[in-house]
Amino acid sequence: MSAKIKVERLNLWYGAFHALIDVGLSVREKAITSLIGPSGCGKSTLLRCLNRMNDLIDDVRIEGSVRIDGQDIYAGTSAPTALRKKVGMVFQRPNPFPLSVYENIAFGPKVHHLAKADEMDDIVEDSLKAVHLWDELKDRLDENALALSLEQKQRLCIARLAAVRSEVLLMDEPCSALDPLATLRIEELMRYLRSDYTILIVTHNMQQAARVSDDTGFMLLGELIEFGRTTDIFTRPQDKRTEDYITGRFG
Amino acid sequence: MTNEGARQRIGFGLLLAATLLVVLPVLAIIVLIVTKGWSALSLEFLFTMPRDGMRAGGIFPAILGTFVLVLASISFALPIGVMAAVYLSEYAKDNLLTRIINLAIINLAGVSSVVFGLFGLSLFVVFLRFGVSILSGALTLGIMTLPVIITTTREALRAVPKSYREVSFSLGASRWQTIRHSVLPFATPGILTGAILSIGRVAGETAPILFTVAAFYLPKLPHSLGDQVMALPYHLYIATTQIPGVPENYRYGTALVLVGLVLIMNIAATRIRSRFRRKR
Ligand SMILES: Nc1ncnc2c1ncn2[C@@H]1O[C@H](COP(=O)(O)OP(=O)(O)OP(=O)(O)O)[C@@H](O)[C@H]1O
Ligand SMILES: [Mg+2]
Repeated sequence: MSAKIKVERLNLWYGAFHALIDVGLSVREKAITSLIGPSGCGKSTLLRCLNRMNDLIDDVRIEGSVRIDGQDIYAGTSAPTALRKKVGMVFQRPNPFPLSVYENIAFGPKVHHLAKADEMDDIVEDSLKAVHLWDELKDRLDENALALSLEQKQRLCIARLAAVRSEVLLMDEPCSALDPLATLRIEELMRYLRSDYTILIVTHNMQQAARVSDDTGFMLLGELIEFGRTTDIFTRPQDKRTEDYITGRFG
Repeated sequence: MTNEGARQRIGFGLLLAATLLVVLPVLAIIVLIVTKGWSALSLEFLFTMPRDGMRAGGIFPAILGTFVLVLASISFALPIGVMAAVYLSEYAKDNLLTRIINLAIINLAGVSSVVFGLFGLSLFVVFLRFGVSILSGALTLGIMTLPVIITTTREALRAVPKSYREVSFSLGASRWQTIRHSVLPFATPGILTGAILSIGRVAGETAPILFTVAAFYLPKLPHSLGDQVMALPYHLYIATTQIPGVPENYRYGTALVLVGLVLIMNIAATRIRSRFRRKR
């Protein structure tokens, strides 16, 4: 499998604070890559570099290169809007717009002029089917999305990305607001989506990383300490710090 | 325990007293105007021209004039105010210029209305040659309400959760698309609140229209934005101080109509606002 995303010598500063230090990794296409590490180590920051969401924060400085499909996303010629269509993000708190289910999904295609009016119904249906929500919601398309359960909301947020035909899904602790059963069902969905999408997931839950991901990266204080196949990271970590973290000897 | 209870009762009593102190004058005003003005109300009073040197007949031209001024000034001030607020809170960087503009807006809100009147006279009536007209008056009133509209719009924009913007950007929407589709729709009720607050202010002010649009008496109704109009607050002022022998109920009737007109326009605007609320 080829590398979908290649990060090299990536450094990021929030003002004077050095939040990412010489990070390098390559993310395989149509695989699930998880990022683990203690709170504040820079997992979300790294994720947000991949769709340039950090651009929205004042006083951020970024050096190094991030290439997706061989293209440097920070090169002057790349537009962040096109990038973010291709590299979608799922947030920790499910965050549908307070609009109907239908309008939530139609938002992206409208913004990117992807569909004529008569094609929108199909896009909505396909997107909901992609996240196994269609049967539950096909009669509730006009209902306000805020009325859905947390799990349904999170699936809807993933469906929104399917609607703009994202290729990469960045998921920042997507299950932390969900109960254990809903968590397992979302993991199942991730494994199902894996055949179409390249998925990166940040998680605090090491079992989750072990269960769903093909590759795992362990981060500490802004550095990527170790990166490799999930089985290797969890069974024979090379670095003492990784071992301490996954065996729970770490704050 | 009993001590706490007593304190609680005293605190509660104080708060209630303060509330009554606020409500009582308002009630007194309404009771006064209604009891003294009610007898003047009639279809003739509302829908005909004044007679006998404005000592009898109706006040229709003044009602129409105030209504037109409210409509014209809001339709000028609302779009401009909203656009300025969107620029200031969504686009403008926090630099010296922005801070000066903010300071100007705050100060504009504190300027006395007669100063707006003088400003309107020199800019619109004289310099731009709009003459004493609806156009000059509405623009003057509009400028007077801009600070309110800008401030309430900015509050409304700020109240839109940050996550809406974040999601919108993360889906690849541009800044303008984000504002247009993920911010403004959710701020609309708040923005309309600013408009509602402005209606009462515009309808009730005398000083800004004094030199710019208001007529003492006009024998016929206005036909264009270039005409003068009569207006309720000014009409009330002349009926009370300039014309001897105006019956008391005629004066209080005029005040009652002014209050009622503002009330009706507020209710209409509130209706529109709740339609937006329900849609979301
Ligand atoms: N906007 C910001 N401005 C300044 N510092 C920030 C900003 N965002 C994050 N940081 C800092 O950067 C570091 C990394 O933050 P980040 O959110 O990437 O950590 P994380 O690994 O995702 O943590 P968590 O597991 O708690 O979500 C932290 O020390 C944080 O305080
Ligand atoms: Mg995080």
